[in-house]
Amino acid sequence: MSRLSYREGMRQALREALAGDPRVFLMGEDVGRYGGTYAVTKGLLEEFGPERVRDTPLSELGFVGAGVGAALGGMRPIVEVMTVNFSLLALDQIVNHAALYHHMSGGQFSVPLVIRMATGAGRQVAAQHSHSFENWYASIPGIKVLAPGTVEDARDMLAPALADPDPVVIFEHVQLYNMEADVPEARNADIRSAAVRREGKMVSLITYGGSLSKTLQAAAELAQEGIDAEVVDLRVLRPLDSASILASVRKCRRAVVVDESWRTGSLAAEIVARIAEEAFYDLDAPPVRVCTEEVPIPYAKHLEEAALPQPAKIVAAVKAALGR
Amino acid sequence: MIEFKLPSLGADMEEGKLLEWKVKPGEVVKRGQVIAVVDTSKAAVDVEIWQDGTMFEQVVSIGETVPVGTVLATLLAPGETPEQAALQKREVPPARPAPKDVTAPAAAVPLATTLAQRKPVSPAARKRARELDVDVDKLPGTGPHGAVTVEDVEKAGARPVPPPADRHAEMRKAIAAAMSRSKREIPHYYLSETIPMQRAAEWLARENEKRSVTERILMGALQLKAVALALAKAPELNGFWRDGAFQPATGVHIGVAISIRQGGLIAPAIHEVDKKSLAELMRALSDLVSRARAGSLRSSEMSDPSITVTNLGEQGVEAVFGVIYPPQVALVGFGRLETRPWSENGQVLALPLVTATLSADHRASDGIRGARFLAELRERLQHPEEL
Repeated sequence: MSRLSYREGMRQALREALAGDPRVFLMGEDVGRYGGTYAVTKGLLEEFGPERVRDTPLSELGFVGAGVGAALGGMRPIVEVMTVNFSLLALDQIVNHAALYHHMSGGQFSVPLVIRMATGAGRQVAAQHSHSFENWYASIPGIKVLAPGTVEDARDMLAPALADPDPVVIFEHVQLYNMEADVPEARNADIRSAAVRREGKMVSLITYGGSLSKTLQAAAELAQEGIDAEVVDLRVLRPLDSASILASVRKCRRAVVVDESWRTGSLAAEIVARIAEEAFYDLDAPPVRVCTEEVPIPYAKHLEEAALPQPAKIVAAVKAALGR
Repeated sequence: MIEFKLPSLGADMEEGKLLEWKVKPGEVVKRGQVIAVVDTSKAAVDVEIWQDGTMFEQVVSIGETVPVGTVLATLLAPGETPEQAALQKREVPPARPAPKDVTAPAAAVPLATTLAQRKPVSPAARKRARELDVDVDKLPGTGPHGAVTVEDVEKAGARPVPPPADRHAEMRKAIAAAMSRSKREIPHYYLSETIPMQRAAEWLARENEKRSVTERILMGALQLKAVALALAKAPELNGFWRDGAFQPATGVHIGVAISIRQGGLIAPAIHEVDKKSLAELMRALSDLVSRARAGSLRSSEMSDPSITVTNLGEQGVEAVFGVIYPPQVALVGFGRLETRPWSENGQVLALPLVTATLSADHRASDGIRGARFLAELRERLQHPEEL
């Protein structure tokens, strides 16, 4: 066991990747001299040198494209896009190129690229810097999408992502970097399945990333009122682990999906649709979504808090699903 | 504070069993809204409230059987706070008589609101109910929106629901009580009139040619409308005998006698029959029959028929002299529609005829008024196009 923060877990994974494979290199805005916008890559430039930890200009389209090219050329690039907000500039490289080359080349080329980006709201950085677009990426065939919601996953999901022959996008919620936990030395190399973070039998709370800790908090409050909630952490947003989701819902017969995206077209919507399609006859109540209110994320602290999923909203949704 | 009391859903009702609350404490209710389901011995009835308010305290719990007039729940009047209500509760003795208008019907219940609503049952509960052979429609629901959940089904599966034979016996008992009271208290007089139905039958046949099968109008609807319009000539037949005096009804709400397949009889009201078109009336009639047989009637339908019409024609009798359902003061009967000899202008013709009868309460009206009513009824049926 060792005590790590989410940031340190991620840094440890990067260090091990750089040390273990000469094809791996980091690239992104401020990843080198500044040590990363969220200080994840601090010290890596000094340790591995400017060849392998490369600062880029403010040009997401350009450096993500360079990452795609490097991956095609046999490297194992890890590209950091500062936040999902700026990744919109690089969507063409990710969606039209990285995701499709394997298909367009008839299987001749793979793009073993890892793209890391911060996501989410809650730090009072206003509407343009508070998006959650995991659902956009999770709808694209050809890429895998990961959302580590625990320190252990922050440390352990990078290695299997690098080993994957196809592009993998990793979302790191900005609220998680300071979270600390004791993590075992053994590594969990799974990037296929969801994980049950808390067992329960009355309602299945399905969530991921930044909403996981809020959901666990809500589950703890519910337990004090005698409501035994199960918490499922999706971990992998594409491909979704439907089997685990459905198993939990079939057991609990009620589902509340917590997702920081806007409700319309959210990943929560996709999950509710799958539940309705495949577990309809096991349901004891209509599935419920707890999502972000459909407004640009406000700057003011109280409004931002009101717009986002919160433990109190999750508790209320669960009670409604139970008819209480 | 408003006290919501168990209304009498018919003269023969002495007690009722609360099956379900349709609103929770804190919910706002509107006049005319169904707030509870009560099992009378005849049917599970949706009970409406006649005042706006907010549900405060549910006094009677699900499954309890209580006498008519028992306070089922208290509600906050608009603007009233729970504190004020709590204070008042301590001051007011519980046995205060009900305000007169608690069970008074709304002026008109729109047809749309009387349509039977599908009971919410969760998919998992339906599946489990099939496995346990539990009738979900009879269960109170504890899930969101009052939905029946797996837990409700399993609870019901553990204790057997009362066999239908009981309900039959209960209904028999209720009919016995009401009819005995009627014959004990009401001095009936009886009149009968044979009515030529050729014009009505021909007009109806022509009219129905224009309609799709589902929209066709039955002779029964025509007869109901004729009764409703004829009552304008004899308003003392439409109302109630209460406290030693006749009380005219506020509208023509005709109780339609419907036989229940398992045995027994129920006569819920179609409201404002005189103001409905034949098409509306036909829809209301089929809706009422199907809901009466499914056991999902509303309290206003049960408690306020102002006159009853019974039609035993299909059973093949020529005429029916009915027993008045108290506190109503009249009952109109129709026998079989049949081609029989009829003399007109010195000729004997073979015409479709029906015998209409009137049983009326001599305390409220005299034979001459009854005769005027039957003459008007005959006249109305000669002009079917005006119905």
